[in-house]
Amino acid sequence: MACVELKNITKTFGNEEIIHQIDLRVEDGEFVVFVGPSGCGKSTLLRLIAGLEEITDGTLEIDGEIVNELSPKERGVGMVFQSYALYPHMNVFENIAFGLKLGSGAGKEKIREWVQKTADVLQLGELLHRKPRELSGGQRQRVAIGRAMAREPRIMLFDEPLSNLDASLRVQMRNEIAKLHNRLQSTMIYVTHDQVEAMTLADKIVVLNKGHIEQVGSPFDLYENPESLFVAGFIGSPKMNLLPGTLAKPGADTSEVALDGIGPARCACDSSRLEAGATVTLGIRPEHLQLRKPGPDDTPLEVMNVEYLGNEAYVYLDVPGASQPLVVRQPVPCPVVPGQSLVPVISVDSAHLFDDNGQVLRRTRAPAANEVGDAQLEGAQG
Amino acid sequence: MSAKPVLSRRQLKRYVGKVAFLFLIVAILLFTVFPFYYAILTSFKSGSELFTVDYWIHSLNFGNYTSVLGQQSFLDSIWNSVLVSSMTVLIAMLLGVTAAYALGRVRFRGRGPILMIVLGVSMFPQVAVLSGLFEVIRAMNLYNNPWSLVFSYTIFTLPFTVWVLTTFMRQLPKELEEAAIVDGASPVVTLFKVFVPLMGPAMATTGLLAFIAAWNEFLFALTFTLTNDQRTVPVAIALITGGSQHELPWGTLMAASVIVTVPLIVLVLIFQRRIVSGLTAGAVKG
Repeated sequence: MACVELKNITKTFGNEEIIHQIDLRVEDGEFVVFVGPSGCGKSTLLRLIAGLEEITDGTLEIDGEIVNELSPKERGVGMVFQSYALYPHMNVFENIAFGLKLGSGAGKEKIREWVQKTADVLQLGELLHRKPRELSGGQRQRVAIGRAMAREPRIMLFDEPLSNLDASLRVQMRNEIAKLHNRLQSTMIYVTHDQVEAMTLADKIVVLNKGHIEQVGSPFDLYENPESLFVAGFIGSPKMNLLPGTLAKPGADTSEVALDGIGPARCACDSSRLEAGATVTLGIRPEHLQLRKPGPDDTPLEVMNVEYLGNEAYVYLDVPGASQPLVVRQPVPCPVVPGQSLVPVISVDSAHLFDDNGQVLRRTRAPAANEVGDAQLEGAQG
Repeated sequence: MSAKPVLSRRQLKRYVGKVAFLFLIVAILLFTVFPFYYAILTSFKSGSELFTVDYWIHSLNFGNYTSVLGQQSFLDSIWNSVLVSSMTVLIAMLLGVTAAYALGRVRFRGRGPILMIVLGVSMFPQVAVLSGLFEVIRAMNLYNNPWSLVFSYTIFTLPFTVWVLTTFMRQLPKELEEAAIVDGASPVVTLFKVFVPLMGPAMATTGLLAFIAAWNEFLFALTFTLTNDQRTVPVAIALITGGSQHELPWGTLMAASVIVTVPLIVLVLIFQRRIVSGLTAGAVKG
């Protein structure tokens, strides 16, 4: 177990800079998830920490010790690969024991004991004599995790470990990894492009974009207070609606915005640093939109499509001049049919506002993590 | 007539195709197997029977075999051949695998040119290097010694071995190597504990071909050895003589040929499973 500190980490391949001066601190026992679209450098960053790629510039510290020049083993990392990378000619026992035999100089009995302990944690006891090709995807994944954790590394690294599994198995393995972290309390760094995995597993999410850190924060923080348009659009499924417009009336508490193709809207954001008429983008999540029938003064939008998902429905509204439709989450049963004309109502307290650089204008009534929990508990009592 | 023909055009075409295909197979089989079959046939004949043309084995006469195996020099040659071929394969595999690891997995300047040079070396005909090699072997004091053959065969086998193993080595997933690195394995351990077991099929194939080439080689074996007890089998067979200058002991020759071919066939049969089997299954996503 250890804390990891990245200082000014840069990585170039040839003339191309992939990772740009990243500073990050991972605390002892923390579960950190790197998330971002493909090609954002998240896997490269993980491989830099693992020691599989050379750091071009900057320093990497583990427990205060500079480890730039150390091998993965000397750094004390264990890694789970996307393709599992099990040794196909060895059975499960040998796969897990391989690193133990090389490293410790421990006797056979000791190794057997360690492997057994690992196998018990991951419920691999009955599979120890099987070859990887005789295992299912989930079992292989567990063996890969077992191999990484058997040496009790200071840091466990996961490189998109679930992306080769099918959907239901992925949910199951996600839970198992979360349980494992609770039990081992070791520092874990996890790379994924799946923001659901990031949200569910992480103590701290690092959103990466084009080799930069966009934002670091708890899942709650990232969801409620995205600092940039990129994070706002990336976290959440379905995506947040991003509506371009101009600032009609700036304010320290509430701002009024004229949205292209939709009309005026209000949001609880502090836009006092901008002038009226500035280009802004309003972000609103599908669950924070309501629909109502148009009145005489309204400019209604046409319903393009309704997606029924069982527990909820998504209504797609055609915004004139916009490339993306406006998505509204509706409870089921949902009476809306395609072709209907409806008016979207934006929840003032839940809207986000971004300036034309994509930087956020602070929300004035954003909920705090503990506050929401308390409110719900009180509601349950009443 | 309104009755349908017995065979439609399409059916007829298919039958003709099948017959033609079968005919082709038989022709190829006959072409490739007949000489060997005739050698076996001849090896069971003796005396004047040799000169009657037969296509079936009428009687099993092991006289030729006993007379061949009764010669100490022939047994010596078999032993020499076994030694030379196995040592050639062993050394070529060891050097080939290590070279393939460097050429296939390590990025360094001049990797392409090195591979090309390796390939270029193998293009020279044996005769072209014969005199030069002879001098080298004299200088190394290996003349009339089976190790001179191990040395020269290894030179000629290595380019092929290196190329095949390099190609195969490149196909192994990169993550396996990285997993081994994370597990703390040195390159040597990675090579021999992780890669070599996975390269079984490739190594069986190249090793077998190297073995066959070394077993059957004639020119070097003739040039670099002098005495009967140092010769390998192909030279020994070629130098088997009859009672007089004008008599060729066909029966004995054929028996000797059969004896030295059988081990090769057995080897191929043993290793063919390994050649076919895909050992990498289950390594990565499957």
